[in-house]
Amino acid sequence: MPLTRASLFITCLNDTLFPQTGRAVVTLLERLGVAVDFPSEQTCCGQMHFNTGYPREAIPLVRRFVRAFADAEVIVSPSASCVGMVRDAYPELARRSGDDSLVAAVDGLLPRVLELTELLVDRLGLHDVGAHFPHRVTYHPTCHSLRALALGERPLTLLRAVGGIDLVPLPDGDQCCGFGGTFAVKNADTSVAMLSHKMRAVLDTGAEVIAAADNSCLMQIGGGLARQRAGVRAMHVAEILASGAGGRAG
Amino acid sequence: MSVGEHPSFPVAARAALADTQLRHNLAHATHAIRDKRAAAVAELPDWEQLREAGRGIKDRVMRHLDEYLVELEAAVTAAGGTVHWARDGEECNRIVSDLVVAQGVDEVVKVKSLTTEETELNAALARRGIRAWETDLAQLIIQLAGDLPSHVLVPAIHKNRTQIRDLFRAQLPGAPADLTDDPERLVDVARTHLRRMFLEAKVGISGANFAVAETGTVCVVESEGNGRMCTTLPEVLISVMGIEKVVPAWRDLEVFLALLPRSSTAERMNPYTSLWTGVRDGDGPREFHLVLLDNGRTNVLADQVGRQALHCIRCSACLNVCPVYERAGGHAYDSVYPGPIGAILTPLLSDVKDHRSLPYASSLCGACYEVCPVKINIPEVLVHLRDRVTSEPPPDRHGLRGRVDPERLAMRALARVFASRRAYESAQRAARRGQGPFVRDGSVRQLPGPLGAWTSARDLPAVPPQSFRDWWRAREGGR
Repeated sequence: MPLTRASLFITCLNDTLFPQTGRAVVTLLERLGVAVDFPSEQTCCGQMHFNTGYPREAIPLVRRFVRAFADAEVIVSPSASCVGMVRDAYPELARRSGDDSLVAAVDGLLPRVLELTELLVDRLGLHDVGAHFPHRVTYHPTCHSLRALALGERPLTLLRAVGGIDLVPLPDGDQCCGFGGTFAVKNADTSVAMLSHKMRAVLDTGAEVIAAADNSCLMQIGGGLARQRAGVRAMHVAEILASGAGGRAG
Repeated sequence: MSVGEHPSFPVAARAALADTQLRHNLAHATHAIRDKRAAAVAELPDWEQLREAGRGIKDRVMRHLDEYLVELEAAVTAAGGTVHWARDGEECNRIVSDLVVAQGVDEVVKVKSLTTEETELNAALARRGIRAWETDLAQLIIQLAGDLPSHVLVPAIHKNRTQIRDLFRAQLPGAPADLTDDPERLVDVARTHLRRMFLEAKVGISGANFAVAETGTVCVVESEGNGRMCTTLPEVLISVMGIEKVVPAWRDLEVFLALLPRSSTAERMNPYTSLWTGVRDGDGPREFHLVLLDNGRTNVLADQVGRQALHCIRCSACLNVCPVYERAGGHAYDSVYPGPIGAILTPLLSDVKDHRSLPYASSLCGACYEVCPVKINIPEVLVHLRDRVTSEPPPDRHGLRGRVDPERLAMRALARVFASRRAYESAQRAARRGQGPFVRDGSVRQLPGPLGAWTSARDLPAVPPQSFRDWWRAREGGR
């Protein structure tokens, strides 16, 4: 069945701090012939609460998410970690709420929630999205991309097809950047020690751009690189895929 | 495990992070083992099925632990051994000390055993005038240094050979003054010392990797052969075993003896696998005692999410892949069980209240779960324990803190913000207005309060003039 419409789950972090990623998703999908809508009742998926030990505070957010996206044909998000949260934790949180209708609603919703590169590769069957980005780029597979969603080659397949791109491998790519949500603040010293390893790997590639499918990890890596005035830009994969011939991101 | 509040992980980690020698030793050692493990595991096409089998057997053991333990007791007794039940570490140490004292000796030799580290058996024996000699080389190094193990499998992973040379010169009986840091020379002097101990000792003490309920067979795996010396030469053998180490049947060993060596030392088979069943005339010890230790394990069993931590076979694969362990080192976990497994096992076995920072000592990257040979979902248990931590008020040291925990207040406030679109959108606007004094050239370089920990080493993008939803609204309005 061809996909005509997708509902954007922007995530609170992207909405507030990285709106250019959301604009890129809209540009890209519309270019590919998919209409986008944005249910404005959405706020936060509850990942920070759940992962920090406040699941009770996350349950109302599950309810809110399910309500906001009830009518969606497909829900697409430019965040591997928030999609991971919905996929892995929502069934358990719904069960804990003791509300059978919420359990059923979550069950019905989950198959329709897709991370952006899942939508592009699996649902639309695309590799080349017609982008042009003549820069040296290295890709960091975030822990949620790699382990929670098992995105595998999807983002790389899409990036390889981008016109003019010089895509270079990132050594030790499977190593965590040290973000880990509140870990970055609660265990700031260890987090920064992990970050320094990641920054060294990025700099060794000579890339101008470090790309990933999660702006939370990019906030950590990009924030460290910016502090060092390293001259390397952090960019969401969506922004690269939206660049070039068919339209300009941002 | 001792009682009371332990130093918090972030504080302990800070010291380790500044120790450049430790950082170098750990990075070198963990990466070497990590790569070898990956190669050893890749050799087996049915590795995932083996992991699934390992988890299945352990699941069954935990469901029927009471039955398997009684079956084990009967089988050990029938084979001529004696079984003792210890509720906690203190009772375990008393049983073992009494048995040693009854032999009229003041020295024993020991096989490396995490369980006896957990009960602090050596110190208990010392209080009864008994000197326990560790015979695993790394464990001996730790003992001579008066140090604590920092790794499950390689307890002296934080030390290099020069540090060991200096230690042997100062502490090891019979070590020559001109000892070099040549590994062969180091091993030579240790061997000379240990051989003497093996021949003289009347009592040996071991842990147990597995015990087979149907036959009463106890199993210890090791690399050096020193363990086998301890389990075969002395007249009396005492084995201390956590109750979760029982497996139902002999054939179950097939699964674990494939999973364990590849996961721990990256070997197809460990060099020494010792199995014994009770006692036998003219061969091995004349007396065998098995001490079955609870020490919090039945409490873990009652925790439906946490009980999978009891599946652990102590391979240490999770330590070797953990980016936090690699940098903070084992001592930061302040427990005989360090690394990701320690971050869940320590609070589960003792009390979450005493180890409030341990469940947070992880970025939840999931590398540990990926390599665990018995598929313990460590990130799941960490998040579960964080819930348990926040469900108990923090120790009320300063009067107010128990009621007014700043993190809890912030989390509740944020939950209220996210509960309504209106509140959320006005919070976005407030952040944009409020950030003014902190923004320079589109970045935030310094923040007050707990968020200052972020800006200590990282910039933060300033909240841009237009949120995504503002942009969307403007766009839709213009259509």
